[in-house]
Amino acid sequence: MIEIEGVTKIYGEGKSAFHALDDVSVTIRENEFFTLLGPSGCGKTTLLRTIAGFVDPTRGAIRLAGKSLLESPPHKRPVNTVFQSYALFPHMTVAQNIAFGLEMQGKPRVEVKETVARMLELVRMTPMADRQTGQISGGQQQRVALARALAPRPEVLLLDEPLSALDFKLRKDMQLELKRLQAETGITFIFVTHDQEEALTMSDRIAVMNAGRIRQIGSPREIYDQPAERFVADFIGDTNFVEIELLETEGETAGIRLPSGRETRARSGAEARPGKATLAVRPEHARLVPPEEALMAGTLAEIVYFGTDTHYHVALDSGARFVIRQQNAPHHRQTHATGDRVGVSFAPGVGQVLRD
Amino acid sequence: MADDLSPARAARERRSRLLLLTPAMIILLLAASGPLLIVLIYSFLTPGDYGGVVWKFSWDAWFSVVAERDFFTDELSFADAHLSIFWRSVKLSLMTTVAALIFGFPTAYFIATRPKRSRDFWMLLIMIPFWTNLLIRTFAIMELIRAEGTVNMLLLWTGIIDEPIQMLFTEFSIMLGMVYVYLPLMILPIYASMERLDFSLVEAAYDLYATRWRVLRRVIFPLVRPGVIAGSILVFIPCLGAYVTPRVLGGGKNLMLGNLIELQFGQGRNWPLGAALSLSLLAIVMVALIFYVRAVGRDGEKAHG
Repeated sequence: MIEIEGVTKIYGEGKSAFHALDDVSVTIRENEFFTLLGPSGCGKTTLLRTIAGFVDPTRGAIRLAGKSLLESPPHKRPVNTVFQSYALFPHMTVAQNIAFGLEMQGKPRVEVKETVARMLELVRMTPMADRQTGQISGGQQQRVALARALAPRPEVLLLDEPLSALDFKLRKDMQLELKRLQAETGITFIFVTHDQEEALTMSDRIAVMNAGRIRQIGSPREIYDQPAERFVADFIGDTNFVEIELLETEGETAGIRLPSGRETRARSGAEARPGKATLAVRPEHARLVPPEEALMAGTLAEIVYFGTDTHYHVALDSGARFVIRQQNAPHHRQTHATGDRVGVSFAPGVGQVLRD
Repeated sequence: MADDLSPARAARERRSRLLLLTPAMIILLLAASGPLLIVLIYSFLTPGDYGGVVWKFSWDAWFSVVAERDFFTDELSFADAHLSIFWRSVKLSLMTTVAALIFGFPTAYFIATRPKRSRDFWMLLIMIPFWTNLLIRTFAIMELIRAEGTVNMLLLWTGIIDEPIQMLFTEFSIMLGMVYVYLPLMILPIYASMERLDFSLVEAAYDLYATRWRVLRRVIFPLVRPGVIAGSILVFIPCLGAYVTPRVLGGGKNLMLGNLIELQFGQGRNWPLGAALSLSLLAIVMVALIFYVRAVGRDGEKAHG
């Protein structure tokens, strides 16, 4: 278990001071696949480097299994990193790269040899053991970097955007590979990415970061279905934002009035207060209906065909735009045309009232 | 494209390529191959009474590089004077190279790890002495370490010593001078390879339980090795033939090869011997260069083969 408590990193002083990390607190469980997700410059890599020991936080504490890590230099922390550029040693073979950490730990020669062989098998690189790192492909380098970091059996593995240099197909394969490795080794993975899809498909839990702060922590489903604030809803997936009036709250739901005057219920945080608010509705959670059954009515402005689904852009009477995504069925016939009067509807409890 | 060229145009291209090569060839011929040939021929001739050479074939010059014949008894023995000068040249050059490496490596590392903007400033500081006249720099060292020089005065004044230390006109002073003069030649190539070094490799090694010392030995040093070898060669070779520094700082007692050669062409009036000694120096340099090529070649094979 890794406890990160009030970690703050300030670069510079006075007016030019820059908060790379601003009071970050999170507890990462054992054997968890935990993802730090955010746009570039949000502080996710800085947080990773703080755990690895390459950055000293200005304030705060980091504990691993109850013991503070901050006093130890990187080479004394039971934490290994997979670097974005892989950082494989170019003057060593694949096997020598994987053996490096074990040798530095002073493991006996026989054990080093056994572990390297096991690691090569784990990442399916056994035939490449004696190649130079410059002679293997990007995906293979990636696997060697993983094996090298896993070989000393760290308690935590840090991965700094390890898939960003790979092409789409290889990326998909490596995502599955990473999940498999984590399951087989039982090591806690802390994974940094700016790719929301990658985060959603791989993680047990995600922390969404922006401007040095953690904005929301939750399972992929929680983050996607119940974004706490506009930044999270906007950063992950596509979202419709509707200006609404919050009437009253009851537990985790709230009564709301839409711009059309119609009232319905939506999910909300417990701290939501009556007044003006923003509602987030995912495009695939809404339906296109005849105007008389609709929560909000408008004209169909655009139809975009995507193969698996079709996007309907509705110009609402309130002036805002609303996108609906509907899956395409076989033999489906297009019944709508641009310019039609249409209505937008979604089930009660589907929308999420956002924190300011 | 190439096979579109008409024969006339191909010939013109070939001619212009030759034309471009000509100046370099002329310089090489006039300034390197020609003189070298003359030196080689002279080393097999007989010395003239007042310098110069007499056109009579003789092995004597090469013979006296390593041996001498007793004037009275005609007995053969090793030319101790020459051999000790050879030995001193190689020894001082090696020591200078090692000292320059010890000072130059951390300096290059320091500069390469500065922010990009300030690196040029540090390199300028390294280069400025290099642009100053060699003689002036050598006399500056002399001024520092002579008996009434700055260093001795300072030591006397602070009471660390009671009487001046003899530093000038020793092997130490020659080495000090040569380290000072050739240090930039060590720093430059090491810095060049250090600047290309991917420092995430250093982080990776540090992350994988390597101590600072092991990071240096297992990762940084092997990767900047070509720079270290190039720097060592660039320092070692001019040291072997150094003339001004041992002349000024060695005070005539501590001759090096350069001074010995000059002596044969001047007071010694033995041009063939001077020529033979020069070629012996060249041979040592060649051995050092072959060593270098093989060391670097091995790196190249590792990286590509």
